[in-house]
Amino acid sequence: MKFLTEYRNPEVVREYLDELHRTVTQPWTIMEICGGQTHSLVKNGILDLLPKQVTMVHGPGCPVCVTPLGIIDEAIYLAENEGVVLCSFGDMLRVPGSEKSLLEAKAGGADVRILYSPLEAVKLAQEHPDREVVFFAVGFETTAPANALSVVQAKQLGVKNYAILASHVLVPPAMEAILGDPDNVINAFLAAGHVCTIMGMEEYFPVVEKYQVPIVVTGFEPVDLLQGILMAVKQLERGEAKLENQYARVVQREGNLLAMQTIEKVFEVSDRSWRGIGTIPQSGYEVSETYASFDARRKFNLQLAPVEENKDCIAGTILKGLKKPFECPNFRTKCTPEHPLGAPMVSSEGACAAYYHFHA
Amino acid sequence: MCLAIPGKIAAITGQLDETFRTGKVSFGGIQKEINLTMVPEAKVGDYVLVHVGVAISVVDEEEAKTTFEYLKKMGEVEELHENQEAP
Ligand code: SF4
Repeated sequence: MKFLTEYRNPEVVREYLDELHRTVTQPWTIMEICGGQTHSLVKNGILDLLPKQVTMVHGPGCPVCVTPLGIIDEAIYLAENEGVVLCSFGDMLRVPGSEKSLLEAKAGGADVRILYSPLEAVKLAQEHPDREVVFFAVGFETTAPANALSVVQAKQLGVKNYAILASHVLVPPAMEAILGDPDNVINAFLAAGHVCTIMGMEEYFPVVEKYQVPIVVTGFEPVDLLQGILMAVKQLERGEAKLENQYARVVQREGNLLAMQTIEKVFEVSDRSWRGIGTIPQSGYEVSETYASFDARRKFNLQLAPVEENKDCIAGTILKGLKKPFECPNFRTKCTPEHPLGAPMVSSEGACAAYYHFHA
Repeated sequence: MCLAIPGKIAAITGQLDETFRTGKVSFGGIQKEINLTMVPEAKVGDYVLVHVGVAISVVDEEEAKTTFEYLKKMGEVEELHENQEAP
């Protein structure tokens, strides 16, 4: 119970935990999709407080972790060979590509910059009309509106030296890929609150229906996570499968319509390869025809070469919930945050890094 | 990078057309230029959830404050300092 007294509402946490212990009668495996939730569960010591029948497994919801090697290689190629200013979120820089990371490319003289927002990259392009600026647009649905907006804004302002390298992934198809796997062990999902803030809840009804799996839209603070887990366990114990919303104070069922419209304008849904998992049909966004001149792939004629994943890294097994990070033979030995073999060890939202830092 | 951080709208600074808006949002002392296009109903004094420079929804004050305190305590607000503009 080490952290219990430090929670925002220790009494509420206590209540949820007690109720959880009273409710559970058999083993259940629940996956949280979002890397932010993984980070919070591990960092706050919640995993140690749960009844032993409840196993949490950590899903593929860290966009940095699932960005394929080939796309990182594309970003490095742009920075090194096309002389572009390659901008990205900080987390992306240390992820190893097939030969090096963006950070190593930067050390070698490439112009790689960390930005807080893609909109800052548009500004940078305006200030340097003589340079080509590319933003490495990774992310789930939460980040898609910002990346899309940067393209809309560049077009409106007539900024021609700006493009994005899109590496977007979508949550519901990933859930389906996990549930459809013959080895699937997941009984229920916590869906990511901030993804649903944008997209709303509609697209989860068919998943609940088809796989008869409870899905609870959940926030990321300890109290939220415990309540979400409790709601999922109650459904499981009653033999129900429903879509519920734990995070109603932030998530509306219909989502943010303006954000969805902006996404639809700029992106179209496409097949997407996930690092460690492989290709999942209709699980990503590519820049649409209308905005083709802002697509770095078309602008620089990039051909994504298939690259072998590092065979020593079992990230795919971990992202599907079949193994825990400490069951990887390289965990803490050959693979550490300083020398990561795979992406889940790089990002603070990756399962391997979370276990490395906060789990004994 | 997936977190959304709540902050208070301190000023509306730009309106490109009837929808495209920007403003200054303050996150416990740090002010940043934030895009407000996705939250057309938000006014000065309102609290918004911000993700990578874009406000994605309006939240009430209490929710904003407790969430910000939590994130700060957990050391999750450093990304606001990335490439921070001078105040
Ligand atoms: S510990 Fe390292 S090598 Fe093992 S799965 Fe995680 S990232 Fe891959």
